[in-house]
Amino acid sequence: MEHRNARLDNLVISDLIEAKSNILDLGCGNGDLMSLLVTEKECTAHGIEKDEQAIYEGVEKGLNVLHGDIDSGLSEYSDNSFDYVILNQSLQQVDHFDTVFREALRVGKKVIVGLPNFAHYKARLQLFFLGKAPVTRSLPYSWYDSPNVHFLSMTDFIHYCDSRNAKIERSVFLGEKRKVSLLPNLFANVGIYLLSK
Amino acid sequence: MKEKSIGTVKTEYFTFAEAGQELKLECGEKLGPITLAYETYGELNAAKSNAILILHALSGDAHAAGFHQEDDKYPGWWDTMIGPGKAFDTDKYFVICSNILGGCKGSTGPSSNNPKTNKPYALDFPVITVTDIVNCQRYIIDHLGIEKLLSVTGGSMGGMQALTWLVKYPEKIRSAIPIATALKHSPQQIAFDEVGRQAIMADPHWKEGNYYDEAGPDKGLAVARMIGHITYMSDQSMEDKFGRQKKKEIKPFKFTADFEVEGYLKYRGEHFVKRFDANSYLYITKAMDNFNLLEGKTIQTLFKGIRAKLLVIAFKSDWLYPAYQSKEIVKASKLAGLEATYCEVDSTYGHDAFLLETKEETHLVKNFLKKVYGDIEKNGT
Repeated sequence: MEHRNARLDNLVISDLIEAKSNILDLGCGNGDLMSLLVTEKECTAHGIEKDEQAIYEGVEKGLNVLHGDIDSGLSEYSDNSFDYVILNQSLQQVDHFDTVFREALRVGKKVIVGLPNFAHYKARLQLFFLGKAPVTRSLPYSWYDSPNVHFLSMTDFIHYCDSRNAKIERSVFLGEKRKVSLLPNLFANVGIYLLSK
Repeated sequence: MKEKSIGTVKTEYFTFAEAGQELKLECGEKLGPITLAYETYGELNAAKSNAILILHALSGDAHAAGFHQEDDKYPGWWDTMIGPGKAFDTDKYFVICSNILGGCKGSTGPSSNNPKTNKPYALDFPVITVTDIVNCQRYIIDHLGIEKLLSVTGGSMGGMQALTWLVKYPEKIRSAIPIATALKHSPQQIAFDEVGRQAIMADPHWKEGNYYDEAGPDKGLAVARMIGHITYMSDQSMEDKFGRQKKKEIKPFKFTADFEVEGYLKYRGEHFVKRFDANSYLYITKAMDNFNLLEGKTIQTLFKGIRAKLLVIAFKSDWLYPAYQSKEIVKASKLAGLEATYCEVDSTYGHDAFLLETKEETHLVKNFLKKVYGDIEKNGT
């Protein structure tokens, strides 16, 4: 169980997934989450990642990784090709949020989305009292070099899912070190959602 | 360098399709006997599960690694990738490289003796395809007693052969590594090949292919090779290698090759004619141009039912086999649900990168093979 010291969000996602599933991880980075799912949950996993160095790291872990852009790489999969499509900390960075989201729902039976919370109280305070674009633990970038292009709150995402007829089966809200249950749109850094059609 | 090499190696020859059992080619003609030159490196394990077949490109041969003689100046053509501790680790794997049908380095081709006439085949040699080339390699694998290859791999035309193995003999391979290649030759690729062929055929020494008793079409073949080399490099790699630099000794003639790049191409062309047969060049480039795995098939069904794992590698500056062609291979594997990995390596070397960009290639190939080989031990399949 060496992976139990893995990142909290990865552990939460792993707990949401049934064993021996077929996974597509969009924006899989260095493959840590996929590695966890392959070893702990015996999943078959594919990842798509645009960063070349991250591809080398994924290959080193023995993973199936495809070098490419998730904004364009999904049309080639047929409907319901995967048990789960994962978009952890990647959906806020794609050019076409809505297209990627719809495509993920099409090719996956279920979709897991992990997003930073732009309405965290620290972000609100920075914006309100300092009048500056916020920099927080889950939004660590300055406005001029941020890979994030969509800034949304948890409430925004929940309304969005509703408008796209995506059913939120479960949601888990994370603070810096543990789960948050009280007023997550104010106190949680990250929201993780298990969605179905 | 020599201590990292596999050392001294020897080319072997295997003859099959003897009289009465000639091989039926895709064009309908029968050919035999056929000899293929091949080399092997490393040891085949008891389970015969560690064999990798290396497939060479247009001008390659069976000599992929090591040295034929102690004092050889240059090792085999992919020595940077094949050897102890290298990507194709000969301490772990049994590596085979065979020369192709139609070649001129010990295998049956247009320069070989036609048993019917007791003269070189020349243009009596039948039209061959990449599938014919692969069908011949099957004989070598069977001869070596290998039921299932751990992997088939090659760059450029070698990649076409790897893909043909994948489609024609999926039960015979556990994985394939097509590098800088395509599912079908594009019009641009055909066009460059045709210019090369026209250069050979325009040489008065070509004589409809009947030049084996006298001086051959060296000038034409050299020009074909020069065109080839231009397409193997990139704008950037030419700039880095030559710039506008001029050669030191300039001869008093208007059109002497006075730029470094001209000298390089001239040298490459002249060097090539010493080791390659012009008719082989015609036949092999034609086989490449006719290559189209999608003929009569759709990309949706191309890899259907195949279980082998794929590692697809492309290079950013390769404009002869652009990355979009490798992405087509990835697309076919996505549609068929194959386990696949794809990397577009950031390289400035152009198409030649598959021979030169060995650090990244080694990392990808080594870890991929480790996984495929590890799965055999884990699953016993």
